[in-house]
Amino acid sequence: MRRFIQKHGWSYAFILPSLITFTVFVLVPVVWAFIISFQEYSLVRGGAWVTPIYKNYVTAFTQFGGVFVSAIRNTLIYTLFTVTANIVIGLILASLIQPLSNWLRTFFRAAYYLPAVTSALIIGLTWAYIFNAQWGFANYLLRLVGLPPVRWLSDPDIALGSVTLSAVLTVPATAVVLFSAAMGSIPREYYEAAELDGAGPFRRWWHITVPLIKSTTLYLVVIYTIASFEVFERIYVMVPSGVGNSTQTIVTQIYNNGFKDLNFGVASAQAFVLFVMIALVAALQFRALRSDVEY
Amino acid sequence: MERTAPSIPLTAHKAAPRIAWGKIGAMAVLIVTAVVALFPMYWLFANAFTPILGTPPLTPILVPAFKLDNFQRLLGGTKYYANWMLNSLIVAFAVTAWHVVFDTMAGYAFAKRRFPGRNVLFWILLSTLMIPIHVTLIPLYIITRRIGLIDTLGGVILPGTAVVFGIFLMRQYIQTLPSELEEAARVDGASEFRIFWEIILPLCKPAVAALAIFTFVRFWNDFLWPLIALNKAQNYTLTVGVANLQGEFMTDWGVIFSGAALAALPMIAFFLAFQKYFLEGVRMGAIKG
Repeated sequence: MRRFIQKHGWSYAFILPSLITFTVFVLVPVVWAFIISFQEYSLVRGGAWVTPIYKNYVTAFTQFGGVFVSAIRNTLIYTLFTVTANIVIGLILASLIQPLSNWLRTFFRAAYYLPAVTSALIIGLTWAYIFNAQWGFANYLLRLVGLPPVRWLSDPDIALGSVTLSAVLTVPATAVVLFSAAMGSIPREYYEAAELDGAGPFRRWWHITVPLIKSTTLYLVVIYTIASFEVFERIYVMVPSGVGNSTQTIVTQIYNNGFKDLNFGVASAQAFVLFVMIALVAALQFRALRSDVEY
Repeated sequence: MERTAPSIPLTAHKAAPRIAWGKIGAMAVLIVTAVVALFPMYWLFANAFTPILGTPPLTPILVPAFKLDNFQRLLGGTKYYANWMLNSLIVAFAVTAWHVVFDTMAGYAFAKRRFPGRNVLFWILLSTLMIPIHVTLIPLYIITRRIGLIDTLGGVILPGTAVVFGIFLMRQYIQTLPSELEEAARVDGASEFRIFWEIILPLCKPAVAALAIFTFVRFWNDFLWPLIALNKAQNYTLTVGVANLQGEFMTDWGVIFSGAALAALPMIAFFLAFQKYFLEGVRMGAIKG
């Protein structure tokens, strides 16, 4: 025993602080969240199993006329548009800055990255101002071209679209930087060979660049998808009271159930639906990575 | 650490004598995108630096007046704005200090040392990497409440120390370091802690810089957990406080704009000062954005 401690004591000492906070604030909560999703939990009395055991999951989907189903649908719509736009815009911008001089490339990367260091909350607030029905910039533009004003954030048919638009128009800084790095590591000879064969710029881009940065694309799709599944700040500040069910998302539902109604069991059931969605996306990435191209 | 520019020719790179429309078009796209990307923040700052007492004017302010009236009302009229800033500073600083020291330690142990259970522990950490705080909010709240930290900065800081990402970043980096120095010091009889503190930690500077910057920005900007964990207005962090300004100052938009702008300003300055580390850190995989 003493020899064991002498030999390995320091190793455990080095990881101990991290392990303690990890256990208390990540590991236990993950397991506990799963347990609470089958319980009715009160801060005073603790947890009691519900009957039938899957009751919270039924409630999660059926309460308030199935608002959670709308929330999932809204989240998926938001994710589809945001992730597609992020990847396409990121790819195009990275390709366009690649042939520029070092100085210009750094300049554009910095310009695109600047908004990303600002909190999602502040970004959301600025978009709320832009979409303000009365004095916002968006309606000012419409007025300039003679169109009637739009109730961007209070019309139930439009609000989700406005929030999504704000996310689409936020340049995907990480994608630009990572695509740019991936493109920089493609051997030049490939392009030279293709050029000798008479391939034009677009064909070289489509047949060499795009396939060779596939693993970066996949990684970005995964992180942007997961981030979009978790959309909250933007919604919270742009449409604070929610426009009916039209702007509810998964996390706003977890937040409302958990911290407005103190309905911990149902909120945890919904959190686990989110967990499964994220796990599926992550698993997809691991599977795809195994069959990855190396060059 | 810029790479040399390899030409990925989307536009023809040996420009013929004719006008390079491709290049001009590409530049136009880049500039327009940069303007769109920066406009919301620019407009926020233009409004913040122009005196606005009630509702903003119907013709948007596009050129700021460079006056500080709004900021004066913000700092004079809100009771707690300075508190919020201080609270955010404390939270971001404390969480960053933790991760710099303990993630490097753990990363070193996982990268260079052999001990029973190493792979299992590492696998457990790795498997939780993708789990977002949104999934664990409820138990996190119950636990933080039970240890009496709800409505304290400690209740925001401690869960922040449990983010395991930095351990992976540091492990990846330390794996690339040679082991000779470490072994030589061990032969000379240096204690294990001294080896870590005087040999490993200094060698990790580039990775530590990226980790520190990103942790700081992330927790300065953090919103959902502080929103849940903090109740009293004087305990808010800056993001939570700013989100509440609108409720408090319903009609004084000057105050609201300047409050939001002032909350964003430190990170923008921080970014402009340490730009190189930021972009390098993104490449190391340190942030989403």
